[in-house]
Amino acid sequence: MSAVVVTDLARFYGDVRAVDGISFTVEEGEVFALLGPNGAGKSTVVEILEGHRIRDAGQVTVLGRDPGTAGQAYRDRIGIVLQETGIERELTVREALVHYGACYTRRRPVDEVLDLVGLGGLGDRRTHRLSGGQRRRVDLALGLVGEPDMLFLDEPTTGFDPSARRNAWEMIDGLRSLGTTVLLTSHYMDEVQVLADRVAVLVDGRIVAEGTPDELRGRADRETSIRCRFPGGDAASGRLTDLLGGLAGRVSLRDGVLEVRTEDPTADLHRLTTWAVDRGVGLDGLEVSRPTLEDVYLDLIGGQADG
Amino acid sequence: MADRSVPSSLLLLRRQIGYQNRLFRRTPIAAFFTLVFPLIFLVLFGALFDGIDVAPGLEVDAAQFYAPGLAVFAAVSATYTNIGIGVAIYRDEGVLKRIRGTPLPRWVYMGGVVGSGVSIAAVGALIMLGVGFLLYGIEMDLGNVLPAAVTFVVGVASFSLLGLALASVAPSGQSAPALANATLLPVAFVSNVFISVRNDPPAWLDLLGDIFPLKAFADSFFAAFDPFEEGSAYKPWLLLRIGLWGLAGALVAAGKFRWEPSTGTGGGSQRSRRRGRR
Repeated sequence: MSAVVVTDLARFYGDVRAVDGISFTVEEGEVFALLGPNGAGKSTVVEILEGHRIRDAGQVTVLGRDPGTAGQAYRDRIGIVLQETGIERELTVREALVHYGACYTRRRPVDEVLDLVGLGGLGDRRTHRLSGGQRRRVDLALGLVGEPDMLFLDEPTTGFDPSARRNAWEMIDGLRSLGTTVLLTSHYMDEVQVLADRVAVLVDGRIVAEGTPDELRGRADRETSIRCRFPGGDAASGRLTDLLGGLAGRVSLRDGVLEVRTEDPTADLHRLTTWAVDRGVGLDGLEVSRPTLEDVYLDLIGGQADG
Repeated sequence: MADRSVPSSLLLLRRQIGYQNRLFRRTPIAAFFTLVFPLIFLVLFGALFDGIDVAPGLEVDAAQFYAPGLAVFAAVSATYTNIGIGVAIYRDEGVLKRIRGTPLPRWVYMGGVVGSGVSIAAVGALIMLGVGFLLYGIEMDLGNVLPAAVTFVVGVASFSLLGLALASVAPSGQSAPALANATLLPVAFVSNVFISVRNDPPAWLDLLGDIFPLKAFADSFFAAFDPFEEGSAYKPWLLLRIGLWGLAGALVAAGKFRWEPSTGTGGGSQRSRRRGRR
């Protein structure tokens, strides 16, 4: 049985189609990522799955129930780690875990949870004396204390420095051994590549690509990227159309940088350099490279990550 | 090995009250304003005034008037003010948002807030009355203990609900204290708490006090301590007035209570909001 089944889900805010008819499934024990830029609709989807937001259309089943009507018994089986949930500053880490743990049917022993998130020695510290990264660990610990079958992680490493991110990744990767199904949102391609079994890329409320990280990378493997700073001035600008017609690949010009994505790099590189030499212009910063997964992602979301 | 028993709602409620009480004990500023502040007033007023007119031509010792009056004030601080401010701040900090994601029934959360407010109110009132009895020798007919207790329960229950209403309408945790004080303190001056308005006050002052529930609470509670009281110490009409305000508070809270911080919903824009209270 799939842990999550979403069919034609939609949510509108006035005229804005925040979630515009998406479908996906998450298998039990799988780590599934919703990847997309800010405002793509990730949080709305997750909040609907958590049962905290109503939907305008479509079917949603999580752990065999409809989150929209499941209520308390449903929340007993899920863990939610959001971005802006505070912790009572008056409590120690242990007190918070004991208190929140008490309302679940299943309770994971507090010391086990502390070890799981790497807070072993900090149980008796007041939460307001923790660093930001440590507090995030408490968030995760509070999401795990009820031994959930399904864990929602909303942008688990946003705002982290690189080493804190790596620690968090190890921690989330460790959840795999618990058999918990995880649905995480992220706007980092590298994070998803490390953590997720499968990825759905969400842009403007629609899924534009779905698959394993390797499958997404497969889209990239066929193409090579040729980049250079595009020469300005009269010599070049008027003649750009001559060049474009002759290239086999897709051309984009962004912030003065010309990029050609092509499956035939040898020919296109020849055409580009011939064009430049004929006109006596230089191609500054010329480079030929295989695109990274990040490039594929940026390509999918159409440059929205610039904002 | 996981523990696998279904937590009963009653047990959860008891835990929730204990949890709220612990949060209160660890917030010294709230403890000061709720318990020490009224005590300072009691000592001050006890030193400043000899007697208080409780009706034209009838005077009681200052403490006989102020101990029950300030007991009511402490009780209202512990419920209306503390609940209104505390819940609004926890909402701002995202604590309520976290709680909403757990299986804790919402009524148990509310019950914990109210139960804790009521128990702190009882402690505050007992301190005022205890000091009154022991240091100032105030008097009370033993037969009036029950009427006083009943009045107290109706009062704190209603003011707890008004506290939830205050948290519901406060735009943010920062504005909640101002809102609480702006609504409570002026009313307290016309409600037989800080000064007696019982000795033939101007009609508009009388009316002003009669509109709000604090004077009804203070008067009905004082009835159990009033040596000139000839009828019953139960004041059903005053209790009804308090109760109606409580009901209004419950309706406002039911319609307006929010679990999410006031700025934005979801999305990445509020990321910078994650901060502690400093």
